[in-house]
Amino acid sequence: MPEHAVLARRVEVRQAVALPFDPEVKFAEYAHPHMLVTTEWVAAHLDDPGLVVAESDEDVLLYETGHVPGAVKLDWHTELNDPVTRDYVDGAGFARLMSQKGIARDTTLVLYGDKNNWWAAYALWVCSLFGHPDLRLMDGGRAKWLAEGRPVTNEAPSRPPTDYPVIDRDDTQIRAFKDQVLAHLGQPLIDVRSPGEYTGELLHMPDYPQEGALRGGHIPGARSVPWSRAAAADATFRPRAELEAIYAGEAELRPDDDVVVYCRIGERSSHTWFVLHHLLGYPRVRNYDGSWTEWGNSVGVPITRRESP
Amino acid sequence: MTTTALHPQLQEIADEFAAVPESERLQLLLEFGQELPPLPARYAEQHDLLEPVPECQTPLFLAVEISPNETVHLFFDVPAEAPTTRGFAGILHAGLDGLNADEVLATPGEFSSQLGLQDLVSPLRLRGMAAMLGRVKRQIRERRS
Repeated sequence: MPEHAVLARRVEVRQAVALPFDPEVKFAEYAHPHMLVTTEWVAAHLDDPGLVVAESDEDVLLYETGHVPGAVKLDWHTELNDPVTRDYVDGAGFARLMSQKGIARDTTLVLYGDKNNWWAAYALWVCSLFGHPDLRLMDGGRAKWLAEGRPVTNEAPSRPPTDYPVIDRDDTQIRAFKDQVLAHLGQPLIDVRSPGEYTGELLHMPDYPQEGALRGGHIPGARSVPWSRAAAADATFRPRAELEAIYAGEAELRPDDDVVVYCRIGERSSHTWFVLHHLLGYPRVRNYDGSWTEWGNSVGVPITRRESP
Repeated sequence: MTTTALHPQLQEIADEFAAVPESERLQLLLEFGQELPPLPARYAEQHDLLEPVPECQTPLFLAVEISPNETVHLFFDVPAEAPTTRGFAGILHAGLDGLNADEVLATPGEFSSQLGLQDLVSPLRLRGMAAMLGRVKRQIRERRS
């Protein structure tokens, strides 16, 4: 086959796999409507080539009890982290993971999970560090899919491995490190943990085990907005007006603010990062994934222990 | 490293986990959760008889009964949406139910580390399992004193 024919075919394949955006009216009011799909949309596109659906849960066994047909599992604990260093996988590790899951660089990757998409948003944030071009969250996550009586299966899909390129992780845009947070003091910070963790009464989430912070409290100046306030009762994101009332109203964020969000290890705050950046359109939002397990154990960093910022 | 010997009933479970490749251990954990017997009516109807275990990442309740001949019976209530926690409860039930009180008390607290799950399940969850065992043992001690 002459070279130009091969090229033409590649282009054709690429065009065939570009999936349409979900025209859902509620999404249109968000800053980046293309980052969300409904359960209906997923059900309608499940068999489309070019789509991979991935489930990411807090409970690492939930996927095995039944998942969206064809969905692969992305395990936050074993797959997205480096097994030794406290950090995410590197470019080679991410390429290996994506390849194993049958995800190509031009795949539309739709993530969903338990607990208001808490872990799915975390997985989406990690994938964003590698700039995967087409990432979307299924609004309402696992709970909504099940509540609507949609099909689930225990069958693990087998997708052929892909040739995912090695892309360096970009930690400069949506990730903040401790020194950067220290330099950021005085500018907007959102603490998304529970009120008890924020005031310093609790060193861990209510009903969750202690996870090793020596000091309790919050980063000086941080506003308290528990992450799950962004979710409605059916696990979907609240409409834009309601989100604005919380973040622009109560938390007094201004449209051009540079915002840092944090929680305990950076997972709950990924959810808020998604809300602030993709739904409300704040241009610069960084997730401080070292979060309280780093700050609350660091020597000499300032800490505030009271109910106000 | 020396570890306290496990009761054969529990050792059998540890061996089972050791015998399967890592990739199948989560499936095994899931099966233990599926085998957890349902809560008998006397507890299902009177939930306040059960002790909450706040160290676990999901609402979990347990009850311990000791018969006059010192045989221990365990009861767990774990929601189906928490299969990992159910799996741990299932292991404790399969491994400890029917033993006598001294045998349960002799179970090493770090037993959960002998299942080869460290790389698959977060340390937070494994600690939840240790907490369940700790509460079972404390209840037995309290009953006897």
